[in-house]
Amino acid sequence: MNIEEITENNLTRSLKTVTEPNYKVSIRGIDAWFGTKQALKNINLDVKENSVTAFIGPSGCGKTTLIRCLNRMHEMTPGAYAKGQVILDGTNIYDKSVDPVIIKRRIGMVFQKPNPFPTMSIYDNVAAGLKLNGVKDKKMIQDIVKQSLEGAALLEEVKNELDKPGIGLSGGQQQRLCIARALAMQPEVLLMDEPTSALDPMASSKIEELIHELKKDLTIIIVTHNMQQAARVSDYTALMYLGELIEYGPTKQIFENPKKELTERYISGKFG
Amino acid sequence: MMSSKRGTERHDHKHELQDIMLKYSARRRFMDKIVTIFVIVCVIAAIVPLASILIEVIKNGASAISIEFLTQPPGSLISGRGGIGPAIQGTLIVVGLASLIGAPVGVLAGIYLSEFAGKGIFPSAVRLFNDVLTGLPSIVVGIVGYIVLVLTIGSFSVWAGALSLSIIMIPIVVRVTEETLKIVPNSIREAGYSLGIPKWKITLFIVLKSAKSGVLTGIILSISRIAGETAPLIMTILGTSLFFSSLTGPVDALPLRIWRLASQPYESAHAAGWGAALILVIMVLALSISLRILAQKKGFTVTRTTI
Repeated sequence: MNIEEITENNLTRSLKTVTEPNYKVSIRGIDAWFGTKQALKNINLDVKENSVTAFIGPSGCGKTTLIRCLNRMHEMTPGAYAKGQVILDGTNIYDKSVDPVIIKRRIGMVFQKPNPFPTMSIYDNVAAGLKLNGVKDKKMIQDIVKQSLEGAALLEEVKNELDKPGIGLSGGQQQRLCIARALAMQPEVLLMDEPTSALDPMASSKIEELIHELKKDLTIIIVTHNMQQAARVSDYTALMYLGELIEYGPTKQIFENPKKELTERYISGKFG
Repeated sequence: MMSSKRGTERHDHKHELQDIMLKYSARRRFMDKIVTIFVIVCVIAAIVPLASILIEVIKNGASAISIEFLTQPPGSLISGRGGIGPAIQGTLIVVGLASLIGAPVGVLAGIYLSEFAGKGIFPSAVRLFNDVLTGLPSIVVGIVGYIVLVLTIGSFSVWAGALSLSIIMIPIVVRVTEETLKIVPNSIREAGYSLGIPKWKITLFIVLKSAKSGVLTGIILSISRIAGETAPLIMTILGTSLFFSSLTGPVDALPLRIWRLASQPYESAHAAGWGAALILVIMVLALSISLRILAQKKGFTVTRTTI
């Protein structure tokens, strides 16, 4: 990506054509398999721009599989494949003409266990996506790294140690480093797969604050098995069970006034 | 009444158990000592032959070493003059060339097997052939080298020697590279994919970089191995008393020269042979030590690998 392509990206974002008003991501009829086992059945869901949407549900319900379908990571598992459409700003990312590698630059991902690159310093970790995608302008990289570390609320803590190894940080800091690394690519959507389940409560709450800030510029989709977190952090919640979407709506409504019985039972802890 | 009866029974078992375990723990500590002594004896048994070989080589070879010995071509055998200069130069050239061929081929094949190969017939065949090649007797490599490279080209040559040695080197490097790359956790690769980095860049600049020290160790250990191989050289480079002249002509090498000198009936030849052996051992030792120094300087640890 050179500076022309990044500016063009921003330009097309403001001139975008959307299938639905204000919807950043529209999921249409997604089925997903691991070999012969079907993990997702006919998922239909619209994610609003600049919102935080949480996928909740018991273990094995398919929430991680669904989020991995949104940036085409699901099919990277041997034997795994998905059918259907995921429409990002009018483009179906499952269309034959779309390069799955490029789509991941628009939809970033943060994983459950922080995974900074072990051979790189903090600075290089954040810059990795840029450098390895052909960005050569040192000044631009420097600016973006600073911006991303700020956006991930990590800059203050590491600004004097940018050349120290990334893996030397604490768990919570490593996760924020991974967020900074994802932010450096200037994504439009950020997928977070249980980002705080490997962290202590203090670090978790820092990340939740971060999500609040980040949604001003991004659309965030977060998978969490912690219902309280979903209630705190998200604007919309989707409950999944056994590969199906049970209910989807504004978080307040889901938690205070669920329409489906299954939802009510899950919320009140009767199962899961 | 029932419970008190049961109570006494349980109490008896407790005593019995304690007695048994007490006796057993005494015996266990005794066995501990016996096995420790046995292990130490085994370690000594392993080190003594190695140490004695080193001592013999140093003892017999030290007297032959001199500037003349290291730089001059061999003189007439009976005179005891001259040296092994061409052999040292030849070893450096042939082993160097073999490494330049063997290391990249081996590493790339290892990368293919670890990162790009699936479970199909072709990758399985590659792995099978690779495992077979690691066990190939070096004399067989020599014969094949002779027939394919020497007879067809028409002369003994540096190329023939280097290619034959690289055939011994490549399977080792492939195996070490594949196994070291497999140890790199998949979460690293996923992080790379999620940033939209193409797979080949992830493999070279992130995965291989993480496995760098293990792969380097494998390469250097395999170089030490081929530096001492004699059989392929007998049939491919011929050996000569002259310094290196061309890549398509014969050249000398240390293992070859040692073998030739040892087969001579002259005392002076034997002495020279010991000297050459000492030089070879020093070269291999130097390679190993410089690897460890390099590893410490760059801050990565040398991982032990088996070949």
